[in-house]
Amino acid sequence: MIEKKIISKRFDKIDPYSIADYIATGGYKPLIKAMTGERIDILSEVEKSRLRGRGGAGFPVAIKMMALAKEAASVKYIVCNADEGEPGNFKDRAIMEKDPHSILEGMIITAYATRATKGYIYIRCEYDKSIEIMRHAVDEARKNHFLGLKIDKIDFDFDIEIRLGAGSYVCGEEFALLESIEGKTGRTRVKPPFPTSVGLFGKPTEINNVETFANIPVIVDMGGDEFAKIGTKSSTGTKLLSLSGNVNNKGVYEIPFGIPIKTVIDELGGGVPDSRALKMVQLGGACGPIIPRYLLDMIIDFDRFDEFESKTGSGAIIVMDDRWDIFDILLRNVDFFKHESCGKCAPCREGHNQLARLLRKFTDRKATVKDLISIESLARVMHQTSLCGLGQTSPTSIISTLRYFREDYIDRLESLEV
Amino acid sequence: MMVNLKINNIDVTVPENTTILDAAKANNIAIPTLCYYPDLRINSDCRICSVEIVGKKGLSTSCSTLVTEGMQVKTHTPRVINARKTITELLLANHDADCTACAKNMNCELQKLANVLGIDENRFARVLEVRPIDDHNPSLIRNSNRCIKCGRCIDVCRNIQGVNVLEAMNRGHDILISPPFGKYLSDEFCTFCGQCSSVCPVGAIIEKDETATVWNALHDPQKHVIVQVAPAIRVSLGEELGQKPGTIVTGKLVAALKLLGFTKVFDTDFTADLTIIEEGSELIKRITTGGVLPMTTSCCPGWINFAETYYPEILDHISSCKSPQQMFGALAKTYYAQKENIDPASIFVVSIMPCTAKKYEAKRSEMGSTENNLDVDVVLTTREAGKMLRQMGVEFENLSEMEFDKPFGTTTGAAAIFGTTGGVMEAALRTVYEIVNKKPLAVLDFVEVRGMKGIKEASVDLGGKTVKVAVAHTLANAKIIAEQIKNHESPYAFIEVMCCPGGCIGGGGQPYGTISKTRTDRLASLYAVDVAMPLRKSHENPDINKLYSDFLGSPLAKLSHELLHTKYQPKRRH
Ligand SMILES: Cc1cc2nc3c(=O)[nH]c(=O)nc-3n(C[C@H](O)[C@H](O)[C@H](O)COP(=O)(O)O)c2cc1C
Ligand code: SF4
Ligand code: SF4
Ligand code: SF4
Ligand code: SF4
Repeated sequence: MIEKKIISKRFDKIDPYSIADYIATGGYKPLIKAMTGERIDILSEVEKSRLRGRGGAGFPVAIKMMALAKEAASVKYIVCNADEGEPGNFKDRAIMEKDPHSILEGMIITAYATRATKGYIYIRCEYDKSIEIMRHAVDEARKNHFLGLKIDKIDFDFDIEIRLGAGSYVCGEEFALLESIEGKTGRTRVKPPFPTSVGLFGKPTEINNVETFANIPVIVDMGGDEFAKIGTKSSTGTKLLSLSGNVNNKGVYEIPFGIPIKTVIDELGGGVPDSRALKMVQLGGACGPIIPRYLLDMIIDFDRFDEFESKTGSGAIIVMDDRWDIFDILLRNVDFFKHESCGKCAPCREGHNQLARLLRKFTDRKATVKDLISIESLARVMHQTSLCGLGQTSPTSIISTLRYFREDYIDRLESLEV
Repeated sequence: MMVNLKINNIDVTVPENTTILDAAKANNIAIPTLCYYPDLRINSDCRICSVEIVGKKGLSTSCSTLVTEGMQVKTHTPRVINARKTITELLLANHDADCTACAKNMNCELQKLANVLGIDENRFARVLEVRPIDDHNPSLIRNSNRCIKCGRCIDVCRNIQGVNVLEAMNRGHDILISPPFGKYLSDEFCTFCGQCSSVCPVGAIIEKDETATVWNALHDPQKHVIVQVAPAIRVSLGEELGQKPGTIVTGKLVAALKLLGFTKVFDTDFTADLTIIEEGSELIKRITTGGVLPMTTSCCPGWINFAETYYPEILDHISSCKSPQQMFGALAKTYYAQKENIDPASIFVVSIMPCTAKKYEAKRSEMGSTENNLDVDVVLTTREAGKMLRQMGVEFENLSEMEFDKPFGTTTGAAAIFGTTGGVMEAALRTVYEIVNKKPLAVLDFVEVRGMKGIKEASVDLGGKTVKVAVAHTLANAKIIAEQIKNHESPYAFIEVMCCPGGCIGGGGQPYGTISKTRTDRLASLYAVDVAMPLRKSHENPDINKLYSDFLGSPLAKLSHELLHTKYQPKRRH
């Protein structure tokens, strides 16, 4: 069995509406251990674990935590990013709906370690069930003194508020998310300063993904060193995958880092339906690279994913069989990003419209060699110059297909004359 | 601390906290920019100033990235050049790039950028969705089809002026910089200060051009066309015509306007002196008779519009004096008409102002004998005046200097400094002090009220009492002053308020590219004009005294009141 259930160990085994179930299965023990019992050094355990963010970019969690802990401000925030708006991603939803307290516990431990005073969970507004369960969990945690004033009778106050997403994908980007919580339009800010120094309402803020927070109690429980033994050198622990597309068993799976993509598709996904041939896989979601069958031996690992210069670490795997035309996928992606671009920076605001027009020339078989050069240049410029991750990563599917499926482009040229 | 880095393989050393953009500039390389504007916030939205930093993925915007020790920057690699070109082509593909039919032709940052980058074709399809133009007010025209969404106008309006009329609506490709819900400026709380037009890099916000009306009037034999020139113009028109910022061009300016065909060229400084007499008398009256205090100045229409819209409860704190421009208009069509025996209806008054709000002011119905006979017929900005001189082909630098015409030509240094923040206050203090204390001032310069500080304070001794005064410029600072008045917490007796940064020298109609440095250059020149004047106190202007004895009677008397004073109306907020 290639699965390793650490984050998903309670999935479908407990009632998500029952804090008693959570406690009975060892929940909130790590929190109590961290705050009262052995008074372990949370920051150093997280550092030893080498945990990296699970929202996509894979940034080391300990660096953000330590930066926040160092800030002297009297008000500091912890924000949980549960906006999960990218097509092909649904693993955060699974955690919220199947083990909500693990997220809260991770946030409370992080707050305790960094002396943060208030937490927000920013949940995608379409996730009705997640919202309901998370709200219930926050209430229960408050009633049981895991949240609120003098948590578990020690001198530490921390509470969490649920906020609903503004319904646009870019609000998952950390600065746009903070603007949105502040009641403004979701558009990113110029960096630096980073959120850990100037974040929500101008105060130091740590923002992490749902799955990232769910890892924190696990690390406190087993110890950083032990955690770091799972996975690979660059990527420790496990990863929740959102497996979708042309596979027999779609769903959320948890594996240790280091498993090849192909194994996941075959063993967990049960292969491609109707014994069709697999043509390509898109990693990470709409903003990720599209890779051909011959690269599927690649292991799941942040450093390997980095080779595509995109932030593909959120764990989505979208499988496409031989009936798919790459241009259908590309156009769908580009139209999505064109609609979701916040419009702040020029390359992303203007670029998607032009990418879509150029792609349509290929689907209409009206493209010229010059168009091929233009689309390649435009995709790269958007990737290199856009202000936030949206515009930087949205051209990834084009850049990767130009590399791995170039013949598909050439096939669609009106003529080969330059 | 100094930081060592390499820019294009050349070792350079700059102070820490310098941006790459400034570091390159200090070493003689101008990295192209588009949304960047020296006095405004860094948006880094256009991404044009991108550079390569060795070892870093992607490109970095040089306007927002600080230098670090050992950094290696490449400002013009093929990758960088291609990125800049691509972004510029993208912008141009969504732009009404009809340069020869655009007010900003040859004065446009986008056009200049395309030229510097050597763009000779656009690989991208034209995608402009044409939107309606907003020309529903007397001052400004907004043409969204030329907007490149740089955000500068939002920043000045929101953060410098604190007015917040403009915003970025919609998202992505549909983004529209506009008043909320795409309304007209005139529907909103716009003060028409025109600071947005002054920073807009392209032709998307421009003043309403009225040069054609002036050309027509100049060539209409039925019209007696005269012109008045605001204090700040003498230190900015030269710059508009290519000279160094702050160049003083008083005499040439008179000569140039004569060449255009104006029958008489008068100086608004004259009615600035008159303002001091009327406003000073009003202040003394308010102080001595227990009138409403503090009193604020009223010569700036940006401030008046702001107060009428946002602070209707403080309108009786504003001096009832008309602005110098409007006092001039009123006198031109009465005193001057009588004196010269000209039918007032044939007199056509043109003003040259640093200001777009003055266009609005001149069109207010109370600014004339009837609504159809307004005292000032046309207001031209510094930029429009420059345009007319270029159209005429006037060789400005070769002109011999001339003097302003009488009876509105003899002026004082006090009036000249009306054009800068603190100037009206200083001019008023010179006069009020001497009238109340009945002794000459030992030192004429009130240095506490000079300079670029947002709110300046001073105390003066008036008749044995110490009176506190204040000077505010920009509407964000005006807001602080107005809040104090509204809450009955103002510690002052008299307050000068100017809407634009630096006062009129930084007005919304001044030459493009005005930044702090140009403002301080213009300001220094106005003080130089003041010092060089034989008379430096308004109450010593002999022609003002003659005006009272021959025509007006005395300050605040019936005729003065009728011609030189006005009322303010609360504006409805939508
Ligand atoms: C356009 C865009 C959308 C994003 N959406 C999400 C999201 O839905 N959930 C998430 O956790 N991170 C998202 N991110 C990444 C966040 O900006 C941020 O890196 C992340 O929340 C940090 O958490 P982590 O370090 O735990 O991964 C998005 C980034 C971009 C550029
Ligand atoms: S990259 Fe796109 S989404 Fe991000 S700031 Fe620029 S326009 Fe907005
Ligand atoms: S704004 Fe600039 S680029 Fe656009 S039409 Fe006018 S001059 Fe040309
Ligand atoms: S109107 Fe001008 S200043 Fe405002 S965003 Fe558009 S281009 Fe920039
Ligand atoms: S400060 Fe001068 S230029 Fe600006 S609005 Fe007032 S009068 Fe006009």
